[in-house]
Amino acid sequence: MTVDARAANWRRPPIFIQRRWLRWVLGIAAVLYLAAAISTVEVNWTRVAEGLERGWRFVQGFLTPDFVTRWRDISQGLLESLTMTLTSTVAGVLLSIPIGVGAARNLAPAPVYFVCRTIVAVSRSLQEIIIAILFVAMFGFGPFAGFLTLSFATIGFLAKLLAEAIEDIDETQAEAVRSTGASWLQLVNYGVQPQVMPRLVGLCLYRLDINFRESAVIGIVGAGGIGATLNTAIDRYEFDSAGAILLIIIVIVMAAEYTSGLVRRAFS
Amino acid sequence: MSASTTTDAVWRHRTPLARLALWAGWLALVALSVWCWQLMTADTIWAFVADAPRQAADLGRRMIPPRWSYLDQLWLPLWDTLNIATLGTLTGVVLAVPVAFLAARNTTPSVLFVRPVALFIIVASRSINSLIWALLLVSIIGPGILAGIVAIGLRSIGFVAKLLYEAIEETDVVQIEAITATGASRAQVLDYGIVPQVLPAFAGISVFRWDINIRESTILGLVGAGGIGVQLQASLNTLAWPQVTLIFIVILASVVISEWVSAKVRHAII
Repeated sequence: MTVDARAANWRRPPIFIQRRWLRWVLGIAAVLYLAAAISTVEVNWTRVAEGLERGWRFVQGFLTPDFVTRWRDISQGLLESLTMTLTSTVAGVLLSIPIGVGAARNLAPAPVYFVCRTIVAVSRSLQEIIIAILFVAMFGFGPFAGFLTLSFATIGFLAKLLAEAIEDIDETQAEAVRSTGASWLQLVNYGVQPQVMPRLVGLCLYRLDINFRESAVIGIVGAGGIGATLNTAIDRYEFDSAGAILLIIIVIVMAAEYTSGLVRRAFS
Repeated sequence: MSASTTTDAVWRHRTPLARLALWAGWLALVALSVWCWQLMTADTIWAFVADAPRQAADLGRRMIPPRWSYLDQLWLPLWDTLNIATLGTLTGVVLAVPVAFLAARNTTPSVLFVRPVALFIIVASRSINSLIWALLLVSIIGPGILAGIVAIGLRSIGFVAKLLYEAIEETDVVQIEAITATGASRAQVLDYGIVPQVLPAFAGISVFRWDINIRESTILGLVGAGGIGVQLQASLNTLAWPQVTLIFIVILASVVISEWVSAKVRHAII
């Protein structure tokens, strides 16, 4: 075979699945699944056509947001969301530091490790909305239920990542502190804490950001915050107010991301 | 020997000024938290909070045992949920790819004009939760699976595009130069130089997002966007707590299974 012929016959090797028959089988299965899935989607086209006009009004509302008419409701919801975000992050961090230390294999004895890992697993597997539904049923409507929800959700996130950070520390430093005859508390304070602190600060800021975004959602099930205001605005088809709320959320999230980037750079 | 041997000089980690600043920072944080706490709980009715343990016990008694016979009515909504997550992920991924290439510094046609627009799309999509997208879409195109799919799709754009454009920016320049040196066109450079490098990351991101989307699509029904959440909302409205318990169990199981599947697939890809 000449070089030219070989060049003409060259085909790019597949990246994922090397066996040809398996590629075919998976491809056909995917097509069959897609056909089945798409056939279940019932679309009421007349309703969609009506909706498009409303969608256009939403786009217009988003482009010409109305901050003024509902400003009292918006500012109230925003205040609830922001205070809920900060207090729940602080409470969640305070709770998740001991749990995170307890869930680190290299610091905690086996029974403590098991209990803390269970707490983390439970907190992580339940979604914020479901926890909010339960807490609203128990504690009544309002931001207090939201505060509890976000604190609980923070534990699962932060304790798990903190435990992983502690398990990844440089053991030689902990060894050095231990060999001076330090107690367990001194070991945590001088051997572990300086190593995980930058990561912990970064995670707290990240969680602050997540908690704000979540606080905009749990209001839908009655846990207070800007989500409740947004829900009302959309229910009333006041798309210009809804657009204003969405813009405020986007701007706050952007600002939070930017400042957390600055703070993280200062700490590392 | 003078200053260096004085016994009262103790080593300290920080200078006095740094210590003062740190202390002031902590004080400010505590003060801010307390103030926020007071603002937030101003309208809280503490009698309800004090009553919570009793309410919780009451709720527990109502929720247990779960009504297992209700499971028969949950298979169809569960299938809908799976479809919302999968079709939504596909929609999101398809829309995210061009956005990611426009946002990546090394592939964007214009750093000054196109890149900021792409970045804004990413931030807007990321900062609005899929439940809020669903809320909007239900009021625009009506309740049903379609609203759920579009909501999941819109939410996925930002996530997938952000991780993908970071992967594109981290591609190895040497390989791209090698392709360029053969006289390849821009499209060919993209096809042979960049795409093979980011494809594993792309597949991993998509599967990861699919896993998150399963989790999110289980609750979209709360606002009427289809799936098992519709049943949850109906059961909550009629205070049928044994059914609520069963739905929670089903949601938990599907989340655990989807997480397991996505971990397996990602392990096989990467």
